[in-house]
Parts: sequence; C-alpha cells; structure tokens
Amino acid sequence: MRLQLALAQINTKLGDVQANLDKHLGLIDKAKKQKTDLLVFPELSLTGYVLQDLVSYVAHRPTEEDPVFKPLLAASHDLDLVVGFVDEDSRHRFFIASAYLSGGKVLHVHHKVYLPTYGLFDEGRFFAWGDSVKAFDTRFGRMGMLICEDFWHASPPYLLWLDGADIMLFSSASPGRGLGDNEKLESARWVERINMAYASMFTSFVAHANRVGYEDGLHFWGGTTVFDPNGEELAHGPYNEEALTYAELDLNQLRRTRARLPLLRDERTGLVRSELDRILSRG
Amino acid sequence: MAEINLTINTQLAREILTGFIQSEITRVGFSRAVVGLSGGIDSALSCVLAAQALGPENVLAVRMPYKASSRDSLDHAQLLIDQLGVQSKTIEVTDMVEPLIQLDPDMSKVRKGNLMARARMIVLYDQSEAFKGLVVGTSNKTEILLGYSTMFGDSASAINPIGDLYKTQVRQLSRALNIPAPIVDKPPSADLWAGQTDEDELGFTYEEADKLLYLLVDQRYMPQEAIEAGFDERFVNTVVARVRRFQFKRMLPPIAKISNRTIGYDFLYLRDWGT
Repeated sequence: MRLQLALAQINTKLGDVQANLDKHLGLIDKAKKQKTDLLVFPELSLTGYVLQDLVSYVAHRPTEEDPVFKPLLAASHDLDLVVGFVDEDSRHRFFIASAYLSGGKVLHVHHKVYLPTYGLFDEGRFFAWGDSVKAFDTRFGRMGMLICEDFWHASPPYLLWLDGADIMLFSSASPGRGLGDNEKLESARWVERINMAYASMFTSFVAHANRVGYEDGLHFWGGTTVFDPNGEELAHGPYNEEALTYAELDLNQLRRTRARLPLLRDERTGLVRSELDRILSRG
Repeated sequence: MAEINLTINTQLAREILTGFIQSEITRVGFSRAVVGLSGGIDSALSCVLAAQALGPENVLAVRMPYKASSRDSLDHAQLLIDQLGVQSKTIEVTDMVEPLIQLDPDMSKVRKGNLMARARMIVLYDQSEAFKGLVVGTSNKTEILLGYSTMFGDSASAINPIGDLYKTQVRQLSRALNIPAPIVDKPPSADLWAGQTDEDELGFTYEEADKLLYLLVDQRYMPQEAIEAGFDERFVNTVVARVRRFQFKRMLPPIAKISNRTIGYDFLYLRDWGT
C-alpha cells in the first residue's frame, strides 16, 4: 500500500485563527488536486506560536459544531488532515494540540506532553501538560503524533512505537538558533538528526512538519523532512519559505525493513518495565 | 587560550536577517525603512540588509553630521549610498544641539555625545513619519551587552536586524556583502568628538571582548571558567561588571505593580500580535 503524504510548512498570523484557517483550506484544496491522502500542518498551525496571553482567545474544541473545525472536518472527507491548535477542555485547561481528522471525524487528539519552559521558551506558563502518548488506527495503519519538545525526549516516540505506531507524525514551531559556520542552523541539524535516528531505531516512517516565518525576533526555519524505516530521507522541504512538500510512502517498506532488521520483534519491553520499576522504586 | 570560533555562515545570516526585516516591516503595514547612516560599519550593514530586503528605492539613508564630525564619515556614508542606490538625505544636527550646549559651557563630552545621539534619533523618527518607513536599528550584540550606547539615542529603533551579531561577526558579514573596504577596515568610532575610537574608550578591542562575551553569554561560562580558559582576570571582571551595570539600557522602564494585571509582568503579547 502507498500513502501520498504532504507536509505544509506555513507561516501563520499570530492570534488570527480565521486567517490561518483560510490558509489551511487553500492548501487543502491544492493538496487534494495532487491526490494527497494525508496533509500534515505544523504545531499551532491555526493560531501561531508565541501566544502568551492570547491563549484563551484562540482556543477551540475539535467538534463538528466548532466554526473552525466544521470546515476542516468537512474537508477531511477528501483527505486526512493533521492540524495544530489550542485545545480547551471542559474544565478550561488549555493544551497545545494536534488533531487527526479523517472522513469527517476526529480520530485522535494529542496534547503536547513536554512543554519547554526554559531559555526562549515559556510554554509551561501558559499551557497545561498533556498526560498521554497513544497511537491510533487510521485507514493507512497505526500512527502516532508528537509535538516538537515531545520528540526531543526519547520516551514519547518509544512509547508510540510500542503502542503500534508505524508512522510517526511530528509537528513543530521550531525557532532557529545557533548560527555558526555550518550550512545549517544548530537547531535544524539537531532536529534532522533525531528524526533520522527515530526512523532508523524504530524501523518506522517519521515525518516532520515545521513552520516558517517570524514572530518578533524569532525565526522558524521550516526544513520539513520524511524518513523511511531504513532511516533514508524520502523528502526534504526548503528552509525559511512556505512550501508543500510531498512524499510517497511505500508502506510495504515496513515489512521489508523489519524482515531484515527485527528490532521491534526483539525489543525487550519486559526488561524495560522491570528496570524502570527498579529505578523508580529506588526512591 | 582555547580556539573560539565566531565565524558564521554569511549566506544563511543574510537570508534570516533580510527575511526578518521584510517580515517585521510589512506585517505592520509598512514597506519602507529609514536608517541613520554614520559612515561606520554597523549602520552600513543594517542599510545593506534593508536594501536587500525591501529594495533600495524603499530605503532612506539619513546622514546626520555634527560640525565636529569627521569628513570621512560623510564620505564613507556616501560611498555606500552610491553603491546601493538607496534614497538619501543629509540633515545636520549642529543647529539642534548647539543651543543646548551654549546653555552650559562646561558640558562634558559624554553629555554632548548623548545630545547628538538623541538629536539624531529625533531626526530619524521624524523622517520615519515623513518617509512612511520604520527605523531600522544599528546596534550590534557587543555594544548592547557592554551598554556602549546612548539610551533613546542610537539604541532607539523599531526593529534591529544586527543586534544578535557580535562586532567581529558584523565585520565578517559586511565583507561578504561587499560593503566598501574603507568602511569595514577603519577603527570603529562613535565620532562624537575628534579622534574618538570605541576601543580606546572601552579600554579593550572588540575582538577580545567578543570572544569573552561569547563564552560568558552564549556558552554560559562562569567568570572563573573564562579566566581558566585564558582570559585576564581584570578584563573578565571589567566586562562582567559592564554587562551587569548596563542591564537597564536593555529594558523598558520597570512599571510599579499595583493592579492584578500590569504591563510588562502579566500583560504579555508579542509586538506581532494579530499580524
């Protein structure tokens, strides 16, 4: 089976959900014409990133009644979508979230579980921490979604892998930093290395959509990537400009790679659990 | 001393910084920029970046000499104006500051320098309105960290594309962008009085300061670790003290908090709010 994947590295208007929604719908149309099966948008693609006190003003619920999700859910009859937004739960906690939409339904919502609150980041001040990392079934197989800092930690991708995800969809609003004499920013090199590493170690597809544009002095670098279960790069978007990057995923590659390299078969989850129990009980 | 490499990829720097100027000016409804062109390297670099970001016809370079300013400053600024094809204006600040200087014959050089820097700010912000362009800043990371600037004077701007580049990186990028050699190679000077140079006034060279600041700021070295890495103890202490002492120049004035929601503390929005 093949999956036509598209990653939309977009700029956003900070706090202007309607303008961002319009941009989403335009790109959905464009991707649809290219016979795309799944279109992935970056972190907080409907709102912009450094929201600070805007958080409560831009929050939405991923339901059919919601004026922002209604047209997105309608569009998901034609192709599957991953969008980034601020999710407000019934008790008014606000999460950085990604929703997977397909066939007019919300298949899964992931709440960011690691909120960077150090250096230039201040997410923990404005958002609630997600508390689950779950894979979910789609018409293309089992997938998992993570948001930026989630995959800077090794455990969330590992948990998704054990939970059955063969396709990992990562989204970011990654501010560029660390300009040296290398051709790429330090932040870009780091993210690309770990994406490739996860694809290789977990013999899975790993796709990453990062946004572009500026918010005050922060610059988002784009550079979307897709890696196959051998850790080979299938697609690489441009840096620093808006783009739709397409990749064809040959899902049979999972079988071929894992027949050669049975890392998943041999993963000793019982050992992990017993050692974790020991480590955590040490007190 | 350990090798400290401040070299940057100039192509990538150019791309990020011109993108920044383009984005931050156009998103608030403008398409033009105003740059105070001193004849020195920092304002030359900001001017080149603005011209590349917006097109030279959308950049106004303003030369603002004082009667004691060196002829070279004017000529070097003109070199760049001719090379870039940006719009330009020359507005003397002598008549603005002289009446104030006359009021106090004992006025110190520092006070006079501050007057000139603030007079230039007034001219730039007036031209900003007349030209419908935003003032692009020209302060580099070294001078911002060392507090080597006049508050509300040369430090005033709408956006600053070069404030995260150390002076040595400004030089590297300026060479890569073909800024004329006389501008790149001359000793840095605020040109507030005859013969003034930054490095004489500071008491150390930018090259030394940049390496030390890179360790202290970017690499988060403790002062003691910088000394162990080979820097002179007195030099380290001088720089550390300057960085701390001039923190106030890098901030908006603190507002005394009495309400539940106070600008600067818990009323938090980016400048780019809604754009």
